[in-house]
Amino acid sequence: MPDIAPDLAIDVRGLTKSYGKLKVVNAVDIRMPRGQVWGFLGPNGSGKTTTIRMLCGLLKPDAGDGTCLGYDILKQSREIKNQVGYMTQKFSYWEDLSIRENLEFVANLYDLKNKKQIVDKTLETLGLSSRQKQLAGTLSGGWKQRLALAACTLHNPKMLMLDEPTAGVDPQARRDFWDQIHRLSSEGMTVLVSTHYMDEAERCDQIAYIAYGNLMAQGRVEDIIDRSGLYTFVAEGTGVRDLMESLRSQPGADHVAYFGNALHVSGGDLEALKRLVAAHQVSGIKWRQERPNLEDVFIHLMRQSKDNSVAV
Amino acid sequence: MSAWRRIGAILTKEFIQMRRDRLTSAIMIIMPIMQLILFGFAINSDPRHLPTLLYLEDRSAVVRSLKAGLQNSSYFDIKGEVQSADAGTKALQSGEAAFVVTVPAGFTRNLLRGDHPQLLIEADASDPSAASNAVAMIQQITASALIQDLKGEWAALAQGPPPVDIVIHRMYNPEGISQYNIVPGLLGVILTMTMVMITSIAMTRETERGNMENLLAMPARPWEVMAGKIIPYIGVGIVQTAIVLLASTFVFGVPFLGSVWLLSLGVGLFIIANLAVGFTFSTVARSQMQAMQMTFFFFLPSIMLSGFMFPFRGMPAWAQWIGQVFPLTHFLRVVRGVMLKGSDFAAMWPNIWPMLIFIAVATAVAMLRYRSTLD
Repeated sequence: MPDIAPDLAIDVRGLTKSYGKLKVVNAVDIRMPRGQVWGFLGPNGSGKTTTIRMLCGLLKPDAGDGTCLGYDILKQSREIKNQVGYMTQKFSYWEDLSIRENLEFVANLYDLKNKKQIVDKTLETLGLSSRQKQLAGTLSGGWKQRLALAACTLHNPKMLMLDEPTAGVDPQARRDFWDQIHRLSSEGMTVLVSTHYMDEAERCDQIAYIAYGNLMAQGRVEDIIDRSGLYTFVAEGTGVRDLMESLRSQPGADHVAYFGNALHVSGGDLEALKRLVAAHQVSGIKWRQERPNLEDVFIHLMRQSKDNSVAV
Repeated sequence: MSAWRRIGAILTKEFIQMRRDRLTSAIMIIMPIMQLILFGFAINSDPRHLPTLLYLEDRSAVVRSLKAGLQNSSYFDIKGEVQSADAGTKALQSGEAAFVVTVPAGFTRNLLRGDHPQLLIEADASDPSAASNAVAMIQQITASALIQDLKGEWAALAQGPPPVDIVIHRMYNPEGISQYNIVPGLLGVILTMTMVMITSIAMTRETERGNMENLLAMPARPWEVMAGKIIPYIGVGIVQTAIVLLASTFVFGVPFLGSVWLLSLGVGLFIIANLAVGFTFSTVARSQMQAMQMTFFFFLPSIMLSGFMFPFRGMPAWAQWIGQVFPLTHFLRVVRGVMLKGSDFAAMWPNIWPMLIFIAVATAVAMLRYRSTLD
């Protein structure tokens, strides 16, 4: 198959997957350039994992086609598996094997040369040389995640697909993990990470947002915010929390959220929002318009998608 | 009473979970039905219609009555005649016949003279319980068969001591030691149990613990995974075989007459057949628990219908048909044949090819069912 766009790591069209009547992924197109770090965002059960699994050949799509690293995702899953490192959401290395045994197993499955050296070096980089005989099952969550990352990059893949790698990991470990990802990226690796964390999304070159199986937005964080057509007003002051309930039911306020000691009121209709704000001028509360943040935009997109899927 | 409410809550939850686990529910219903059918209809410790061959060096009206008498007794099923004593032995060795009745030359003449001629019955006693009732009945059957012919001037012969001297050769296990039959058979039972269970659980464990997704994401082909997972257990099977055979020889004193190589072939095929079953189960079972249940579901009819616990020939035809499907049935014949009867390859071939077919089918099903994706 001719490689039409050699600069694209992922180039898929109309990717669709259903379980029974439920359409988990609905006609998703992704064109992801090589060498970038992409964040894959979306609520739970939105089809992120299913999409990743289809991209690396673990699931057969019901419809759609395309390439991953230039290989046909329908026919060349072996080639894809050889060049992709996939880190599952749940720790899936062997808990009853030691750290070293797990790495050796992976090295053997990929038929790597200089296995011993690679494993030794990986253990050293991980800082696990002294604990190499410890069973993987006895590691803490953060360490398991580091081991998993080391194991899935052992064969020096061209592309990494990480499925919620930082779920349930403490902030320090999360930061270390992202340092690793950027280090790998600077070495030329293409990385696709699914996550729920907004701060992680902002560390990505681009993000793709999927909700209820539909790809809702794709691009740079700034662009997605700009294109969202969303306006946000922020209210600060004593007693803003009491405004929440009354604002929620008002026309124009698509969603209202309280964070950072402030009330964020967002909506797609600027005039309606302005009228709303004018009607809620209370003494002691200061209103100002702000650029919506990513979370506002995502919640907005999620509502839109839900409305669409209900309409369908 | 709040205790009752809490018990009620747990009870309800238990019922809901029971209903969700369809396989367990199905097995809870099917198991008793299967056992009722097996014990109620299939098993019979008084086997009749045992295949019998005749070697006739004398043909007369008296011999024909004898033949009719044997047939009518319902214990013996006359399958035909052999042309030499050697052919009779071969038939016993291969298990084709359970009895060979030899009527020697001059039988009728000697009978009518009152010389009490010999009637030779060779019985396959490798399974002592299978042959015992028929053997016990033989005296009575001959006497009542001959009474029709011993009339008039010969009537006196029917009165006194038995007119025929019945010589019974209990072949392969003359003393009727039940260990001779059970210990080699046990090898098959142990292998069935462990091989099926161990493979099905080993594979299901990967799925249950989430390792499968990882294994599939790496470039291993289905048959590579299958081979890699099965080969270690072939080793386990060989160790088990060695233990049982050593115990059989040195502890139980079971004879080993045949070829070790032929037995090794049988054991090898049998192990592979069971591993293929285990692998197939692992592609269906969603948890280790289910894999275990499916193993028992296979194991129970295997030991019931194979002739391990109850004489194979005592079962009705339909049960024998089902029994023929299980590799254990054929393996038992091979292991008993080789050890107790010294059977050769030709005699065992009728039990080897069914195992080959079983392996081919089970492996094909396993490969078809094995998913190289998570679908």
